[in-house]
Formats: sequence, structure tokens, C-alpha cells
Amino acid sequence: MSRLFGVPDGMSRRHFVSHLAGAAALATPATAFTNTLLANAADMKKRHKAAILLWMGGGPSTMDIWDLKPGAPTGGEFKQISTSADGVAISEHMPLMAKQMHNMAIVRSMSTREADHMRGRYYMHTGYVPNPNVEHPGYGSVIAHELADQVAELEIPPFVSVGGGSVGAGFLGMTWAPFVVDSNGNVRNLDGGIDRARLDQRLAMLSAIEDKFITEKRGGASLEHRKVLEKTTKLMSSSQMEAFKVSKEPKEMLEKYGENAFGRGCLLARRLVERGVPFVEVDLGGWDNHADIFATLRDQKLPVLDQAMSALVSDLSDRGMLDDTVVMWMGEFSRTPNINGGGGRDHWARSWSTVVGGGGFQRGIVVGETSADGKEVVTEPYTSQDLMASVLKSLGISLETTFTAKNGRPMKIANSGKVIKELFA
Amino acid sequence: MCRSSFPRRVWAMLPGVVVSAGATSRVLALCVTVAALSPAQAADDHFGIEPVRFINEQISAGWADADLQPSAAATDGEWCRRVFLDLVGRIPTVAELERYAQESTPTKRAELVERLLGEEYEDEFARNWTDVWTMVLIGRDTENEQVSRAGMRQWLRRALAKNIPYDRFMEELVTATGVNTNRKDLAGFNGATNFLSGKMVEMGVENGVQATAKTAQIFLGVQVACTQCHNHPFNKGKQNQFWELNAFFRQARALNREEGSGELQFVELLDQDFEGEGKNPEEAELYYELRNGLMKVAFPVFIDGTEIAKTGYLPGKMEDGTPYGANRRQELAKLIKTSPNFPKAIVNRIWGHFLGYGFTKPVDDLGDHNPPSHPELLDGLAERFREQSFDLKELMRWITLSKPYALSSKTTAKNASDDPAVGEKPKFSHFYLRQMQAEQLYESLLTATEADKAAGEEAARKKDAWMSQFVIAFGTDEGDEATTFNGSIPQVLMMFNGELIKQATSTGKGGFLDKVAKSPKSNEDKVRMLYLAALARKPSPKETGAANALLVARKGDVVGALQDIWWADLNSNEFIINH
Repeated sequence: MSRLFGVPDGMSRRHFVSHLAGAAALATPATAFTNTLLANAADMKKRHKAAILLWMGGGPSTMDIWDLKPGAPTGGEFKQISTSADGVAISEHMPLMAKQMHNMAIVRSMSTREADHMRGRYYMHTGYVPNPNVEHPGYGSVIAHELADQVAELEIPPFVSVGGGSVGAGFLGMTWAPFVVDSNGNVRNLDGGIDRARLDQRLAMLSAIEDKFITEKRGGASLEHRKVLEKTTKLMSSSQMEAFKVSKEPKEMLEKYGENAFGRGCLLARRLVERGVPFVEVDLGGWDNHADIFATLRDQKLPVLDQAMSALVSDLSDRGMLDDTVVMWMGEFSRTPNINGGGGRDHWARSWSTVVGGGGFQRGIVVGETSADGKEVVTEPYTSQDLMASVLKSLGISLETTFTAKNGRPMKIANSGKVIKELFA
Repeated sequence: MCRSSFPRRVWAMLPGVVVSAGATSRVLALCVTVAALSPAQAADDHFGIEPVRFINEQISAGWADADLQPSAAATDGEWCRRVFLDLVGRIPTVAELERYAQESTPTKRAELVERLLGEEYEDEFARNWTDVWTMVLIGRDTENEQVSRAGMRQWLRRALAKNIPYDRFMEELVTATGVNTNRKDLAGFNGATNFLSGKMVEMGVENGVQATAKTAQIFLGVQVACTQCHNHPFNKGKQNQFWELNAFFRQARALNREEGSGELQFVELLDQDFEGEGKNPEEAELYYELRNGLMKVAFPVFIDGTEIAKTGYLPGKMEDGTPYGANRRQELAKLIKTSPNFPKAIVNRIWGHFLGYGFTKPVDDLGDHNPPSHPELLDGLAERFREQSFDLKELMRWITLSKPYALSSKTTAKNASDDPAVGEKPKFSHFYLRQMQAEQLYESLLTATEADKAAGEEAARKKDAWMSQFVIAFGTDEGDEATTFNGSIPQVLMMFNGELIKQATSTGKGGFLDKVAKSPKSNEDKVRMLYLAALARKPSPKETGAANALLVARKGDVVGALQDIWWADLNSNEFIINH
């Protein structure tokens, strides 16, 4: 390995970083991570646990996709069809997913309070409501932080966001921030056209400047900058970047996922997870259907979702990766059971559905139930925290894990959410 | 005498080297001057300006209460770089640093602020604050067809160059009517319409919901977006208040003009009689839905409970001369002007711009649930700002000349605990680090590399195109967005390898590096020149050592070594972090 920033050969990166932190002892202390009890750490190392979040920006109407109410005045235009899971029916416009439901579980008893896009996105990603005094890390940063060490020498970022509609690393620091790429896996400005030896010489110069500024104790931002520089230089010369080249997939595979941004993004997610990336988020926006919802879903949104999501689940299953890879589907909230004057549905958080599968989850089931008009959850309601706790459990991450936020306050992982017990056998 | 004819000579390592007889160029003289920079004058000087005294007094009291000792004053170089970045949106040139460093009057800081707020920098000041306000008013979204960014910027540049009073600034934006796009063949252009032109329609429904939310947030520091659908769980905001405020926007129409082509050409924002959803224009009401499905009625009522006439008619006169009607947006502007929240919201925003944190976080939420760190200071500055006829430049003068703005960013054992990044309320006992905005970086790179600048709108469009690489759209009706210009890997890759950096570090003829390389200076002074241009300081002995190593690695190729050093300077934390 070439020398970066004068890291002595033989000194591990981790050692080097802690060394650095020592040198800047009076800068804001890096986030302390007080308690990682990985129940089966050794096992995880072999098996590369990972999660893929399919994020539906805008708030999809789950009553028209996963929890239909045919015949109810609020039921809308769609019929339901039976699926490969016993007794589980979903929208007629999800025929390919209908063949994969034996691999998935629908949670129909989500009940949340945040019906504003930004607040809802934050809450569903972090398990916390927005708070001006602390920025919480989202799913990607938490899971990347917990699982990054399971693949030795992972040089590419442990949290990749395809399309970028995620939330950031919060108090975990920029090291765990989403690495945003487009659905073709293009990474901008990767190559500077400078030979490696000269780049290393430049980095040595840069290191002298960075050092000086850090030792002047001006605050945490200077140290964060340095950490990200380190990661960037590693990534620039990494052969692992090959995983981003989704267009190298065979034609049949590209067609199976769908020749569109979301299909490409899901295929990219599978490639990255295969290479050891523990968390990938893929974005599909356009669900904010305040008007003309049924035609939009039928003709535009659902065909794209159905093809790509079903391709991802079946592909993971075919490759034997599904037992170690959690797939989850959600938006920031759902949409009103009542259909408005414009033939649309507005924001609604009180009763809605998310979908999970893979990992340690029980499959082919439905959890919870809503009322006949879809306006109430009639079983035990679940929150973002509960869903997050369940996803972490299914990845083997201990729910006893506690972070220390920058203000010194302990923060229980998943905001002390309780596991949705039906999801586990 | 040309030192570059001795390429194998490494950079001398003597700090404060004696200038050789032949080197009489201005640049060399500068190197010596800045090397001898003294710390800024005593930071408790208030320059005879009462509000500055008030700020210093209030902030110092906060230190005493929290048992904090302020950091030392920033160096001249640091302070100069800071005030250029914050006022005109770029770092100072070497010549500008030199000029400031050479002055020795005790009022030199006030004099520099005067210059930056005066005629000499009028265009740059307007450009910087146009960037700031464009972001606040219409965000970074370049896709919204109902917004002309060029039109918005044109209006802002004019308003900011003229420093129109802030109450008029608000009024012109909130009440704007006219055509949003500046085209020779169109009459009635008013760039101010672009604040609202893209916020009137949501998914085909012309309800002014975004206009309501943004007007309240920006000009009143009130967050009402959530109360559109429900009573707010954390603050006093109630759903009726949202819709009563929204009622002020119901005469406004943003009409898409397509001129036969079928494609949107421009938007015309105008006021029309509002007949009301109950079809009674005398009492023009709107309906909104509670979460339980019940419908409620709303008329225009301001956030403090002040009602205006319920009529939906615009002002006019009956045949017998009796006046009738009301212009709801104009009534709203009058109410905003007299609201105590109005000056507080802008004082908080401007303070946050200069000090890194406002008195509340976020700066546009002044609700009761979010108490400010310095309530008396916020109230006192707001009162003074109103008394000063809402003069934005005056407010900026007070803040930039205040004691907290002049402090070093180096923390001490007596104030390291004052760190709002960890969620503490800010005490402003040292200058808080913050990364440059993308716009500031762009302009600073142009400055530092003396790149040819395009002018006006053409330059702004080039900058937009460059910045679009960082924008992430969330795909909601509200045009929510984020940026990857946030210190993460994509940003570092851009700084390492991006086109702009390639240009900045190019050794092409006539470029900055070429000029430095060809100047008749010692190699050491050439390196100093780069450090001054990028970091407003001279290199440390250690850094000079690293520079020497580079020259050896380049086998004496001075230009190549300068290129490497310059690349490192521009990529450093110290360059991109306003400190």
C-alpha cells in the first residue's frame, strides 16, 4: 500500500486515525461508541450482513399497494390479487411482486405522526423526531457503522445512496455520511489524471497544512475534513470501485430489473452488497400524488416499482444472499384514505404499511391490520423506532448498543424501539 | 534578477527572510509586511457605535454567566479573510490583504468594513447577497419552470446594490405583481414575482400553500408548514392559523403564459377578486379539512390575531365614490412590517450568517418552543434595527465590528466547552468554524487564481451549472432538496480532481501559477505568495520543509512544485473552512 499522509507502512488505518485523534485531543472528541455487543460477531464476518432500503420519496399510498380496501368508499380504483404467500393479497398492479411475497412481510400497522415531508423523512430514517439540538444518524449510517468491519479492507464507502434522498450521519460524523451516486453508479471526479506517486507527494504537503490547522484546536470540523480525505484517497485507487460499474451486467439482468433509473439502482445495490457494502439506499420519488393518483400509480409508478423490486428480491434469493440481506420498502408516510376533489390523496401518517424481507425476518406474512376504511390501525400500532429495532435485530445488531451524541447524552440505538415480535419466528 | 533560473535551489527555510536588493516588487514587499502582521486591535473597541457596544456588553455578560473566557483576537489575516468571505462572498486577494495589513490606525477594521459596504465593492456585495437571498427565497432548484432564477437575481442585485430598506424589500416580494421573466418583447417585468410565482400551485391546485409557509418562515420566523394538516404537537401552531394566513394569498394568481407554443414561456403574478369557496365574494372564505374529515372555514387573520376585512374584492370605488375591497397581500405586508417578529427574524438570520450560529437553531424558527440563546440581545438588536429604518448594511456593520466577530477560532481550555456543534447553546466565546458555502468556494477559487470572470447573469449561470452537481432533489411537491457540498467524499473528489481545480492549478500561460512562477522572486517568496493567496498567512517552517521535499521530488521543476503546493493549499481544511 502506498503511503497516504505519511501513514507509516505497517500502521493500520484504524491505529493511524486514533493516533490522529490523540494529536488533536482538544478538538471535539470523535463520537464515542460505548457499547457494541455483537451477539454473533464471528458469524457475521463470514456472512456479510447487509440491508437495502427502497426509499419511496413523497409518501406512497400504501392502501393502493399493500393494504387494499376493495369496496370501501376509501378503497380507490384498484383490485387486489392473491400472491405466493398464503392469504396475502396485494394490488393488481404489482403482479411480479405477487410472486415474491413468500419472501417478504407486510407490516400493515404502522402508525406515525409526522406528515410533513422533511419531518417524515427524518423520522422514518432515524427513529427520532427532528430536534434542533442534535442530528441523529439515519439507517444507513447506523448500519454502516455497526457492520463496516465485517468485510476486511472494505475500501468503498459503507453507505451508498443511489439518488441521494437519504438523511445524513448526524452525530456519527461525516465518515458515515451517505456516498451519493446516480443510478448508473457514476462517481464524479474519480480520476484526476495525476500519477499515484505525485498524488502521494501532494498528499504529504497537504498533510502538513491539515496537521497545523488541527493542532490549533479550532474545532471538530478540521478533524472531520481529514478523515474524509483519508477515505477519498483510498477509494480513488481501489479496485473495489468496479462494483459501481452496473452497466457491465449482462443484458438479461439489466432487462430483468428494468431499463430505468430505479431498476438500474436496484441492480447496483445488489452488486454493491455482493462486494461487501453493508448498506445501500435506492430512491424512487414521485409518490406525492395529491391529484390524479390512480392513473399515476397504474401507468407510471407501480410498473417501475414492481419490476425492479421483484427482480431484486428474486435475484438475491437466487444467489443465496437473501438470508443475509434485509430488503425494506417505505416512504415518509402514506396518503389519506379519503380521495380528494382532484382525484388524489393527501398526506397521512396515522395508518399505513411498510414491507420488509430477507435477513432474519419471518417471511410470507402480514403483520397487523387496519380498519375497513383504512383510517385506523386496529391491532397494536408500530412506530419508526419499532421498525428500526426489528431491522437491526434481523441483521444481528444488538439493541443494547448505545451511542454517545456529541453533547455527551447517551442515545440508545433505534431510540429504544421495541421489536415487532410477529416478524420473528 | 530571476531566481527561477536556478531551479535546483530549494526554498529557503528562514522565516522572515531578508529581502534581496533586487527584489523591490510590490509582491515581495507584501510578503514582508504580512509576515509582520500584528494581532488585531483590542477587540473591545466599539468604534463609537452604540449597537456595537450593546452587542459586546450582552455577549460578555453571557461569558461571565457561563464562566467562559473568550479566545484571543483573530490575526489581521484571519479577520480580513473572514470579513471578505462574509460580506462579499470570497477570500481577499493578495493586494487586498496587503492594503489592510499596511494600515495601522486603531480604526482599520471599521475602515475595511466601510470599504466593503461602500461603492468600491457595491457589485460584489450585491452578487454575494444575491446568492444568499436566492437560496433563501427560491432554493437551488433549477427545474421549477414557474421560476426565473435570472429574473429573481436581477431584482435582488438591484435591491441589494441600492440597499433598499428591509421593510420595503419584504413588501416588494410579498406583494409583487407582474411578469417574472425579463424579455425585451414583454411589458411589465418584475423580478420580485419569482419569490411567489413557483409557490402558488401544488399538484395542479392553486392554493398558495408554499407561499404561506415560506413567507411566514422567512419574514416572521414562524414555522407553519406542519400546521397545514394538523395542530402542531410541539408548538402553539394551530391548523386554523395556517389557513387564516393562507387566506391572505387567495387573491394572488400565478398564471402560466404559453403563447400558442404549448410550452410555458413565463408566469404572470397578479391579484384578482377572490369569490371565496363559498361563492360569496363579500365574505370570501376558504375551506380546510381537519384530520377527522370535518371541514372548517377560514378568513384572513394575521398570526397575532389581527383580522382584516373578509371581502374578496380588490380595492375599488362604487359609482357613488364609496370605496370597497381590500388587497389581501398588501394588508399582509403592512401587518408583517409592524410585527415584532419581523426585525427579530432578520437580525437572527444575519447574525447567523456572520457568527455561524443564530440565536436559535434553525435561524428561521423563533417559536416559543425554541428559546433563543441571547433573548435580550436579539430583542435589543431588533429594536435598534427598526429604529435604524431597517438598514441591512447598518446591521452588518454592527455585527462585523463586534467583539465576538473579531475573536480567534482557536479554542482554549477556558472556552472549548462552548461548542454549538454538540447541541450547546452558542455563547460566541470563540469564532465557530464553518465550511464555505459552495458559492463562496467558487468565487474564492476565481479570486485566488485570478481566473477571467464572466460578468453578471452569464457568470451566475455558469455558477449555477457548476453548483448543480451538488444538488439532491427529494422529489416532493415542495421542491425539498439537500446538497452533497457538505464535507463528504463527493466534495473532496471535486476538490481533488474537478474541472475547476484543474483550471486553478493549470500552469498555462498567463494564469496565476504561471505569473507567480515567472515573477522575479525567490522560490521561498513564491511559496509565500501561494500561501497568502489561499490562506492569508505565510507558511510555517514545517510547511516550508514539505515544500522543499516537493521541489526535490519534482527534480527542480519549480512550476511543477508550485502546482503541487497550490493544489495542497486549495484542498486543505484551512482553505475551505471559514475560520
